[in-house]
Amino acid sequence: MKQEGSVWLHRFAMLTAFATFLLIIAGALVVGHDAGLSVPDWPLSYGKLMPRMTGNIFYEHGHRMIAGLVGVLTTVLAVWLWRAERRAWVRWLGITAVFAVILQAVLGGITVLYLLPIPVLVGHACLAQLFFCMTVGLAVFTGPAWNSVAPVEDDRFPAFRHIACGTTAAIYIQLILGAARRHKALGLLPHVIWAGVVAVFVMWMLYHALNKLPQSQKALRGLSSFAGGLVVLQLALGYGSYWTRLVTQGAPQPEPAMINVTTAHVATGALLLGTCLIVTLLSYRRLPGSVREMSFTRNPQKKFA
Amino acid sequence: MRRKLFGLAMFVLASSLLACGGGSKSSEEKIPAPSPTTAAAAVDPTTAGEINGQVSFEGKAPAKIPIRMDDEPVCMKEYKVPIYSDEVVLNDNKTLRNVFVYVKDGLGDRTFPPPSEPAVLDQKGCWFIPHVVGVMTGQKFAVKNSDPASHNIHPIPNLNREWNKSMIAGAPDLMEQFVHAEVMIPVRCNVHPWMRAYIGVLPHPFFAVTDDKGSFVLKGLPPGEYTIEAWHEKYGTVDQKITVGPKESKAVQFSFKG
Repeated sequence: MKQEGSVWLHRFAMLTAFATFLLIIAGALVVGHDAGLSVPDWPLSYGKLMPRMTGNIFYEHGHRMIAGLVGVLTTVLAVWLWRAERRAWVRWLGITAVFAVILQAVLGGITVLYLLPIPVLVGHACLAQLFFCMTVGLAVFTGPAWNSVAPVEDDRFPAFRHIACGTTAAIYIQLILGAARRHKALGLLPHVIWAGVVAVFVMWMLYHALNKLPQSQKALRGLSSFAGGLVVLQLALGYGSYWTRLVTQGAPQPEPAMINVTTAHVATGALLLGTCLIVTLLSYRRLPGSVREMSFTRNPQKKFA
Repeated sequence: MRRKLFGLAMFVLASSLLACGGGSKSSEEKIPAPSPTTAAAAVDPTTAGEINGQVSFEGKAPAKIPIRMDDEPVCMKEYKVPIYSDEVVLNDNKTLRNVFVYVKDGLGDRTFPPPSEPAVLDQKGCWFIPHVVGVMTGQKFAVKNSDPASHNIHPIPNLNREWNKSMIAGAPDLMEQFVHAEVMIPVRCNVHPWMRAYIGVLPHPFFAVTDDKGSFVLKGLPPGEYTIEAWHEKYGTVDQKITVGPKESKAVQFSFKG
């Protein structure tokens, strides 16, 4: 009989999620250093598995190496889940993650071979975040926070889980707008406006967590507080990204300040997405809606048959 | 069965990408030269004139921007003194280097055969040499790598085909051609982002790049009225009209303001 999840399986899932986070940072460094086309061939690099890692080849090929590692980790995780996980939906999420990482590799190859087509670049960035969400989800689903919790019904309006879900969705939209802005598919204004929307969502989630959730929900309260801090940091990094890019405009090569601040902005965005996704998943698990009645309105007379 | 179909689909997808992918074509593939609408008529040397001149700079000299080569030690060690961006190179006599000067208009329907010698762009000391180079449409364009480092060559044209090719240390010269006239095509090395060059592609041989005295010469011009343009990567373009008589040498001065 398959085990629901071992400690080591959970730790491996966390390792995969962390490696994916590092991969997102590596990708941001590639863009920051303008290294995307420094290795013109794919899947080999300068005709080799391992070229001399000098100049921007270090960032581009380094990104490919970390991607390869993430691919291996994801495959091992999927196989492990398939053999050891009792829940079919978790097993299939692992398989889906493998498909996603393969597709992500193909998109990466297309960006190089077809000289950075903008729609593919933006798609590559968006799928990266989506894949990151899959790995975070697998880490959550295999862990004790998910598997050893007694749910408490939450029928309030709005429910905390809905606020968390909306916050996570808003952050993902913001990441899409950020990728579109960075690869010059869109201007800055949509990204700036939606940053305000995200901030409102996160603060709303934080307010609800600290004022409406019981003290026993320490994980949700703590994670929401973390997300609140992250969004403040992210707004500052967003301004820093804009300002450093402005003052270094026309420089003969990308400047370290601009690269570092922009990379930190991308990394914090991913971290914020992951944190709010965890809050969302755990709140649906721990604070579900009532299972006895589903109704179009709050009027108990009107129910589904 | 499903697994086999999936594996086959991935294999086909990956094979298609490798076989058909890339915005670049191999340098061995022939790029057809444009067929002239009229026969090339040789310029009569007994009447050919020339335009010569200088490109000066007015205003405050821009601050020199140092280049960081920390990421490429093999190149960094070649330089004993700091190296600066070559976006604006002012000569000692307050003239500008690397200005592309060419005949923009006035040659009419004349066509000119491209020379058999290639135009050359070298990579030495992690620097494109020369910074600005002219080539005729259909003329061979040779890219060299004289460095003990790997480079990639990435021209970014608007009218011509974009390509991006790697050159490891000791690689044979790349031979390419540009089919369409285009002023100017930026060239990048994405391995070393400070490396920039510009290629001017023209259907005639009357172009020059200013030297360390800011001077240029356009020789062998048929008599006629011409529009001469001076192009600089930062300061834009300046045009002048000039008439050249038989065997006449005309001087023209250009000036850019900082």
